[in-house]
Amino acid sequence: MALDKNGIAQRIAQELRDGWYVNLGIGIPTLVANFIPEGIEVEFQSENGILGMGPFPFEGEEDADLINAGKQTITAQKGAVFFDSATSFAMIRGQHVHLTVLGAMEVAQNGDIANWKIPGKMVKGMGGAMDLVASAENIIVAMMHTNRAGESKLLERCTLPLTGVGCVKKVVTNLAVMEIRDDAFHLLERAPGVSIEDIKAATAGKLVIPDNVPEMQF
Amino acid sequence: MNKEVQNVEEALAGIEDNMTLMLGGFGLCGIPENSIAQLVKMGVRDLTCISNNAGVDDFGLGLLLQNRQIKKMISSYVGENDEFERQMLSGELEVDLIPQGSLAERCRAGGAGIPAFYTPAGYGTEVADGKEVREFNGKPHILESALTADYAIVKAWKGDTEGNLVFKATARNFNPMMAMAGKITIAEVEELVPAGELDPNFIHTPGIFVQRIFKGEHFEKRIEQRTVRTK
Repeated sequence: MALDKNGIAQRIAQELRDGWYVNLGIGIPTLVANFIPEGIEVEFQSENGILGMGPFPFEGEEDADLINAGKQTITAQKGAVFFDSATSFAMIRGQHVHLTVLGAMEVAQNGDIANWKIPGKMVKGMGGAMDLVASAENIIVAMMHTNRAGESKLLERCTLPLTGVGCVKKVVTNLAVMEIRDDAFHLLERAPGVSIEDIKAATAGKLVIPDNVPEMQF
Repeated sequence: MNKEVQNVEEALAGIEDNMTLMLGGFGLCGIPENSIAQLVKMGVRDLTCISNNAGVDDFGLGLLLQNRQIKKMISSYVGENDEFERQMLSGELEVDLIPQGSLAERCRAGGAGIPAFYTPAGYGTEVADGKEVREFNGKPHILESALTADYAIVKAWKGDTEGNLVFKATARNFNPMMAMAGKITIAEVEELVPAGELDPNFIHTPGIFVQRIFKGEHFEKRIEQRTVRTK
């Protein structure tokens, strides 16, 4: 069975390491915060200016001055800190943030990512995504393997305007965990009950399949 | 030096058609809402607005967009505003979308006397079109230029008559850099106190960057995405 969005987030949460500062993008990445493994401590950075982001506030305790980059009301954890946007991106560009998790419309086998613009259609802007992907050493893309039309989002080359070049190292989808290197997607794990044939059929880019592809463990 | 002005009319005096304005805030958080309302009242047109976002349809910079007062927007993310998208796609509105970190740093650079800087953000994308590329430590970077404005309008939590500012939580965002980058910087604050009442150890923006400060009459502080959990 393919994973749902929570399943993808839960699998990505297994990549977290104790002591890491982590930036989570909007959508599936935000859900990663719900699955932090026992015994490890991580702090979440939101690029609008908080380190130590906590869960949503209880009803009635929302503060218009305390939001995340998705403009959602949040809370600050003990030891949190607020800062301006230039300082925030100094943390990101200066590689002080250990892991960035973000969504994508397309990822290519060379590590290119497109997630901000559909020409002539949607105009939202790149927000902080270009700064994040250009600087982070450790980027995980969290997304569905195919788009709403059923087409693969894992391509030989991106067709949409790029957000960054050669920057994605790992992709976790509803079907599989893949590593990107040597101009190919290397299959590492498959979702429980998903066959290699299913993954092959849903991947348009070059897919390297080792002899043994274990199922994800939860 | 006393920077206090009595009201928003006095604070925004001198803003004219065709000027470039910086407006602090992230989404609707930390925006100078009293000043935006006054800009609507003044009816100044053909403005170039530098602001991370463009508000929502009926609040924030969305009010200036609806009134067709903005000629050009320089922003990083404008996804919450249908009117913005319509004006942009129809070509009525000129838009320069730039990466958020580059936007913040370009404002900071403008205020800090640094004409340009290299950043990896946007390399290999359409953001890099026409920009100088240079390699540092084996990695390509693009040259981004500083931004300044005729007027920067920022919003702070507390301020004193010297123009020193303290921001609250994530309402700080772009306000400190924009305060630095305005030829004239106007600060609207929730609480205005006499000089000496703010602890100098805990001031975020030194008053040297602020030319006019006033106490905002009313803050709606609208929440864009109200997300809560149950007890």
